[in-house]
Amino acid sequence: MTPSTLQTLPQGIEYVRILPEIVLSAFGIVIMLLDPLVDQRRSSRMLGTIALIGSLAAIAASQYQTQCPPGTAFWDMVRVDAFSIFFHIVVTTVTAVVILTSFEYMDVQQLHAGEYYALVLFGAVGMCLMSSAVELVLIFIALEISSISTYILAGYRRRVAISSESSVKYFLLGSFATAFFLYGVALMFGATGSTSIAKIGETLNAGPVPLLAYVAIALMFVGLGFKVAAAPFHIWTPDVYEGAPAPIVGFMSTAPKAAVFAVLLRVLFEAHAPGRLWLIWVVAALSMTLGNIGALVQDNIKRLLAYSSIAHAGYLLVAFAALPSSGIPAAMFYTAAYAAMNVGCFAVISHFASAGERRVTLEDYAGLGRRSPILAATLTLFLLSLIGIPITGGFFAKFYVFSAALQADLVGLTVIGVLNSAVGAYYYLRVIVMMYMREPREETPVAPIPFGLGAALAISGFATLYLGLLPGRVLEYARSAAALLR
Amino acid sequence: MNSPTLDGAILTLVTFIPLAGALLLIVAPRRDREIRWFALGVSLLGFFASLHLPVHFARAQAGFQYELNVPWIPTPNIHYHMGIDGISMWLVVLTTFLTPLCVLISWKSIHDRVKEFFILLLILETALIGVFVSLDLFLFYFFWEATLIPMALLIGIYGHERRVYAAVKFFLYTMVASVFMLAAILWLYAKTGTFDFVAIQTAIRGGQVAGFAGAGAWLFLGFFVAFAVKVPLFPVHTWLPDAHVEAPTAGSVLLAGVLLKMGTYGMLRFNLGLFPEQSRTNAKWIMVLAIIGIIYGALVAMVQPNLKKLIAYSSISHLGFVVLGIFSFTQAGLDGATFVMLAHGVSTGALFMLAGILYERRHTYDIASFGGIATPMPVYATFFLFITLASVGLPLLNGFVGEFLVLSGAFQARAVYGALGATGVIWSACYLLWMYQRVFFGKVTHDVNLSLPDLNGREQIALWPTAVAALIMGVAPLLWLNAIDPAVQTALAPFVQLASKVVGQ
Repeated sequence: MTPSTLQTLPQGIEYVRILPEIVLSAFGIVIMLLDPLVDQRRSSRMLGTIALIGSLAAIAASQYQTQCPPGTAFWDMVRVDAFSIFFHIVVTTVTAVVILTSFEYMDVQQLHAGEYYALVLFGAVGMCLMSSAVELVLIFIALEISSISTYILAGYRRRVAISSESSVKYFLLGSFATAFFLYGVALMFGATGSTSIAKIGETLNAGPVPLLAYVAIALMFVGLGFKVAAAPFHIWTPDVYEGAPAPIVGFMSTAPKAAVFAVLLRVLFEAHAPGRLWLIWVVAALSMTLGNIGALVQDNIKRLLAYSSIAHAGYLLVAFAALPSSGIPAAMFYTAAYAAMNVGCFAVISHFASAGERRVTLEDYAGLGRRSPILAATLTLFLLSLIGIPITGGFFAKFYVFSAALQADLVGLTVIGVLNSAVGAYYYLRVIVMMYMREPREETPVAPIPFGLGAALAISGFATLYLGLLPGRVLEYARSAAALLR
Repeated sequence: MNSPTLDGAILTLVTFIPLAGALLLIVAPRRDREIRWFALGVSLLGFFASLHLPVHFARAQAGFQYELNVPWIPTPNIHYHMGIDGISMWLVVLTTFLTPLCVLISWKSIHDRVKEFFILLLILETALIGVFVSLDLFLFYFFWEATLIPMALLIGIYGHERRVYAAVKFFLYTMVASVFMLAAILWLYAKTGTFDFVAIQTAIRGGQVAGFAGAGAWLFLGFFVAFAVKVPLFPVHTWLPDAHVEAPTAGSVLLAGVLLKMGTYGMLRFNLGLFPEQSRTNAKWIMVLAIIGIIYGALVAMVQPNLKKLIAYSSISHLGFVVLGIFSFTQAGLDGATFVMLAHGVSTGALFMLAGILYERRHTYDIASFGGIATPMPVYATFFLFITLASVGLPLLNGFVGEFLVLSGAFQARAVYGALGATGVIWSACYLLWMYQRVFFGKVTHDVNLSLPDLNGREQIALWPTAVAALIMGVAPLLWLNAIDPAVQTALAPFVQLASKVVGQ
């Protein structure tokens, strides 16, 4: 940017283009300010409610953005169009569901609520910004905002050793990975003379691609691959997911991933990244296979879903190897469907885990179908969606991804994918079998479902079924958004 | 007169009546008695609605009838396209015929979690009917997969000792196999831009599908693997005995009666319909597998000490006949195959009900714990004998017609196939009659069996329809065959052209 552009201050519409971020930050700050003022014992419910209002306001702000003409803001660093609004809505909705789930969780675990809700909102700021940023340095900053919030949140059960382990592990490895990303950005600047994705795209499209650009893409991919837990950068996932508070796992396995996938889509497609195909091919095949094989032998449901999230990152990446016209909408749809079903799963888990997260092994789920039919039925819905059974969003997500891959003649990758989804059926099924076909180990009734959790389950269940029965509208929207990216 | 609006909606109605009933049951209070009556009412309603189909079916007419084709999802281009021909119509009626009997037979034997049981049963019925009426490949796959969960849950929750193992095995076997079909369906969609069965068929026959020459064989296999596991064809049959033995009676009845037919129906409709040339190239080894299935199933059935396992293996043998008939590519073979599907559905369904009735009284399927049962239970023994004879293939009962037609078709295809297949008829007489002798004749070997109560009214009501159907199907098979025949002719049309091409050269 030149000095002259710096002198022209942003106009009103430009602030609308970061409206969700502004709203979320404002509510986050309010929570931080109120925290020392209100009574500790009653603060949790009140601050949670404020956070919930904040996230709902952010959803409304994203909706409002659809009314405004798409365009760029802040010296072309941010672009708001159908594409970024799609991810804004995914991120903010997940945030709302996670906050609803946390109401009860914070009480039961006796955790201090103040900065927890603020951090969730600040994390969401970073994620929203990631999906609308079109400039690599801003993307890096957004990535850091989102990551630092989740590092802290992962260690929020601070009296528990594995939670601290989770946080430290996530922080060290995560910082290492972001360094890769930053190095890639620097090299890309060296190769093309710009950090703006559009300009990089023009340069790479116009002339011969310098070797440096290949290296830059590979390094950036390492950083982003770590964040979405794609193999071979996935080793941290099970440990971190096991230790982190359950609602937070639901949060960090969906919202930041969605945002990082948005960045990946921009970097790979809009910037015309060289060497995309083979890079994605290998990583997708590895993630699907290692994720599913790893999940087969897990006895802890959080670790099981950690491996499952690695596998799902792999399915999603299959769409990245396809042609942009069908691959981008497929990837976007998958992100939304995955967010709905996974955040739902963790809502159930965080309720059932009860004080100190005692009940997180598969054995604990024995007979849940009898002890709490509603909880078991909703978890079954989400698990069936993760398997990819019809009438759930997960089915259409896989369906679009694989048909996009076949349209690009990626038969090998598709076969690996469908075989993997058959393997995946086994371990999700183990949980369902446990719930319905084994006798309960303890007869203590499961705590009744509180209002917040009920709302969270209703939202994610509705989204899962909606995407499974009437996927047309969402896919059409994703298509129109994808058209802007090319 | 049938109105045009009803004609368009009738398939939707027949398909979703059970589901509507299931949804009502979900919100219904947990009063077991009323729930049973309600489930019976819903399934009977479905049956009577489905009778509209054969009554108003234009029998001489080829092609699909009662069609309904409306867009469902714009991208990908998925249509809610339903329609039936003579083959699928009878399979629909078979499904709706067996479901009320399943409700009756589960009246007393299911006493725990009754509500869930009937919900699952009705959902299963919807999914099964959906498989037979779908003309959009996507819709077909949708229902195909949807049958999996209620069936697995029925086995896993209401089954016997090793139910969980059997349910998981069943689920994984069919799930793994059907992903190959999904891959093939997706490939076809990627190349043709449609899921419509008729449109894809036209595109393939017109040679408008790019890359079909190379991929055809793989696509054929993709579909075939999914269907072969479901049938089940030797050597992928191993899930079936476990699933049957562990399933509750109603589960076994629908599993043997209808679920297995999804596989053979799929072969008939999709393998033959979409890939005639590939079917012809692969027919040889498939027929060999079918014959191995017929003989192997029969031999294993003969040595089973477990009544239910014996019936399960007999299913493998009988379904071998169906596959043999389908891949003979003759009018008689295909007519017979379709007829065996229906006849087997009725008589094996009845056999499983009879086995279940015995189990309710003695809590064992062990043949050795019976003997001389005809003395305390004469009515039961009569029903059992009648159904056994129907299953063996006694002329004038339903088993005979189908097997006769299949074998004459197989002889036309190749004499040795016919001859080997024909031994299956003898084997089935051996194992079924021997089993009958061991269970019913002679002195009562165990004292507990002396006091076994004979059939009660409810059980008789459940069994009479199957016996009557077995008799009518044996005496007047034309009632069924005159609807099946035109459909089979349509299915065979490309083969006649192929054959004349070969002869012309």
